[in-house]
Amino acid sequence: MKNKGILEFWVGLFVVAGVVALGVLAFKVAGFSGGEFTQTYKITARFGNVGGLSTKAPVNLAGVRIGRVTAIRIDPDHYNAVVEMSIDSRYDNLPMDTSASILTQGLLGSQFVGLNPGGDEIHLEDGDEVMLTQSAVVLEQLISQMLFSKAEGGE
Amino acid sequence: MNAIQQLGAWTLGSVARWGRAAIFLFQTLASCAWVVRRIDLLMQQIFSVGVLTLLIILVSGLFVGMVLGLQGYNTLVDFGAETSLGMVVALTLTRELGPVLTALLFAGRAGSALTAEIGLMKATEQLAAMEMMAVDPINRVVAPRFLAGVIAMPLLAAMFAGVGVFGGYLVGVSLLGVDAGVYWSGMQEGVDLYADILNGVIKSVVFGFVVAWIAVFEGYDATPTSEGVSRATTRTVVNASLSILALDFILTSLMFK
Repeated sequence: MKNKGILEFWVGLFVVAGVVALGVLAFKVAGFSGGEFTQTYKITARFGNVGGLSTKAPVNLAGVRIGRVTAIRIDPDHYNAVVEMSIDSRYDNLPMDTSASILTQGLLGSQFVGLNPGGDEIHLEDGDEVMLTQSAVVLEQLISQMLFSKAEGGE
Repeated sequence: MNAIQQLGAWTLGSVARWGRAAIFLFQTLASCAWVVRRIDLLMQQIFSVGVLTLLIILVSGLFVGMVLGLQGYNTLVDFGAETSLGMVVALTLTRELGPVLTALLFAGRAGSALTAEIGLMKATEQLAAMEMMAVDPINRVVAPRFLAGVIAMPLLAAMFAGVGVFGGYLVGVSLLGVDAGVYWSGMQEGVDLYADILNGVIKSVVFGFVVAWIAVFEGYDATPTSEGVSRATTRTVVNASLSILALDFILTSLMFK
């Protein structure tokens, strides 16, 4: 009988491990970010074009990741994109005139938000909006602009 | 004349075998209701089929994940796309390698053991003795083993994929310096719960069903001699592996259009 108890224990452990693995696959691999920052505050920024930015993309300050993009939505009144970011609460002293730009890792890598701090004495609080923004550079537009200017210059 | 006769005998033989396999499957499925009343038998089989297979699954999963991390990084870094490493590793594991490699290992480790056990029971006339005592061997011996295989396979495949993703993390992030956040966020961006993970689970259930069916049938249908049992064990591994690979192609073409 003691033997049977040990056997049932192992089978129970096996089933638990299997279910945990499925849970890891569902939550950790397929989405649902638990978030590695425990305390965060939210700021928003408006962009004319977010390019290939996606939710959960990193938010960097001086190249160091301090937050993540949590939501991207359209402001129907102004026809521009509102990007919501959660920033680690340890960095709660970002100046009010911080600027946000959408940058690319490498030439064709994934996109992220880069913050550039200003010199204002007032700090960004939870729910504030970053006023100075720079949209994503769309490579196709850049190339077509270059080609058109070349063509015009040649005439 | 002789050759044609042999061909005919072979055809009749294989058709009869397929028929026996199908009837056997229906009998086994019907007996699964009986197993619910004897959970202790099922427990014992899940232990020998699932828990004892765990070690090889976890070790293989870890190494496959690490190799995927290394190979994926080396290929992607040429295109400056090493940020997609997490997605590559996770998609490969959840869609294909998790279910397929687990099923192949499962056929080798657990399927062969099932066949040998049942075949030997037949060779030593234990199954006949059970019938003499009015104990249905399909209820008592076959159905618990079949059901245990079907239950254990998806759990093993999930653990394989989970450990593999961790192995890819070890190599990609800890060793080669891909950003941990990018690894996970790229993965979460690219992997879908229903399209990728659920389809992977469906695959592993189908493979578990097929491997368990082949294993118990080959054992039950084995020629009751030592040579017959050894042949049946070999057939289990070969047939199960071929069926897994063929079914994987069919399922993949149905699932991912």
